[in-house]
Amino acid sequence: MEEEMHTDAKIRAETGTGSSPRGPGCSLRHFACEQNLLSRPDGSASFLQGVAEKSRERLIRNTCEAVVLGTLHPRTSITVVLQVVSDAGSLLACCLNAACMALVDAGVPMRALFCGVTCALDSDGTLMLDPTSKQEKEARAVLTFALDSVERKLLMSSTKGLYSDAELQQCLAAAQAASQHVFRFYRESLQRRYSKS
Amino acid sequence: MAEAASVAAESLAGSRARAARTVLGQVVLPGEELLLPEQEDAEGPGGAVERPLSLNAGARSRVRVVCGPGLRRCGDRLLVTKCGRLRHKEPGSGSGGGVYWVDSQQKRYVPVKGDHVIGIVTAKSGDIFKVDVGGSEPASLSYLSFEGATKRNRPNVQVGDLIYGQFVVANKDMEPEMVCIDSCGRANGMGVIGQDGLLFKVTLGLIRKLLAPDCEIIQEVGKLYPLEIVFGMNGRIWVKAKTIQQTLILANILEACEHMTSDQRKQIFSRLAES
Repeated sequence: MEEEMHTDAKIRAETGTGSSPRGPGCSLRHFACEQNLLSRPDGSASFLQGVAEKSRERLIRNTCEAVVLGTLHPRTSITVVLQVVSDAGSLLACCLNAACMALVDAGVPMRALFCGVTCALDSDGTLMLDPTSKQEKEARAVLTFALDSVERKLLMSSTKGLYSDAELQQCLAAAQAASQHVFRFYRESLQRRYSKS
Repeated sequence: MAEAASVAAESLAGSRARAARTVLGQVVLPGEELLLPEQEDAEGPGGAVERPLSLNAGARSRVRVVCGPGLRRCGDRLLVTKCGRLRHKEPGSGSGGGVYWVDSQQKRYVPVKGDHVIGIVTAKSGDIFKVDVGGSEPASLSYLSFEGATKRNRPNVQVGDLIYGQFVVANKDMEPEMVCIDSCGRANGMGVIGQDGLLFKVTLGLIRKLLAPDCEIIQEVGKLYPLEIVFGMNGRIWVKAKTIQQTLILANILEACEHMTSDQRKQIFSRLAES
């Protein structure tokens, strides 16, 4: 889970992923580099620009690992590549849905399906599901949940902003209700695919 | 409407376990649980069914059901792990409740013991050939696993050759091993695949469809041109016809058949037969 999550409304939350300017006129984000991390190739390096992308990848990876039956494929790596075609808000939830569908399409054995749902809380406390980019920017808090298909259990949550404990529970309940629409869409989409053959 | 009813059912209980019998032929999703026939009586409507206690515990007939690809045992139920249509095959003779499996469409092959596959020889190290079969590891093939091969009479296999063989060892924990002879020591069509021809890849579902008994596609293709064809369960097909053009036409037809309906296919065949 991301570090920005807080349960008490009194504590001021960081708005996370912003830039850390190094000096006057420098608007580059934070860098990190690691070298020689793989033993097999002659050379390897990992370069990180901006912390947000890495944590998003880590969140998606952890969700997939919780659901994929990795014990059936030892000594095998499963790589999921996600390419953003257009970002209209709720990007993390969309990435989670795409990753789930791709794993199903590849025939990777899974113990359940999962989906991502985003909630935004604006300054009045109104709850908006699946916010647009504009709504996300103006919201006081944006919460993304990954839920599994068997019992709508919470697999992953990533939150940014200021919200109370009661609001968290409310958002989670709304996300669980919304997830059944996503799973119904998965089912219809897969049925359509199999009906062609 | 059926859709409203199914939505209501989903909202009530996340996913109730359904009887496997009722779901046959339908699309099942990962995470669903299926009940085997012997458990249906116990579940009953509401679940609070009184059953007389029996002193002889073994009297209840136990049906041995085989859990095929896409299903896993989860307690005393079956857990679906892949998306596809649920199929069932009645036992031919004797005991057993038959086989349940999920018919899924995928492109990635996972080695299974007994499958006949087409592999490409990638390396020759000592007495073992390394053969790429499309799985996560190359399979190993000993030079003695060919018909009539002895220590002095080695088979003529080079790197880059195509091999048609079957797996004798294929599980998740070990490197897959294949051979080109059957249990009697005869080649039975296996071995190095001849010169020329074209190797191409299709999905696993198409291979199974083409290998099903009485497949129309193969009969129609056979009437078109004389050809040699080898199907590997790992999604690879090798085709050879008299000329390169005919070979390419056949390869294109087989690749396209997955997405065509039978009418479209008949149209294409009739057009080709005319020309």
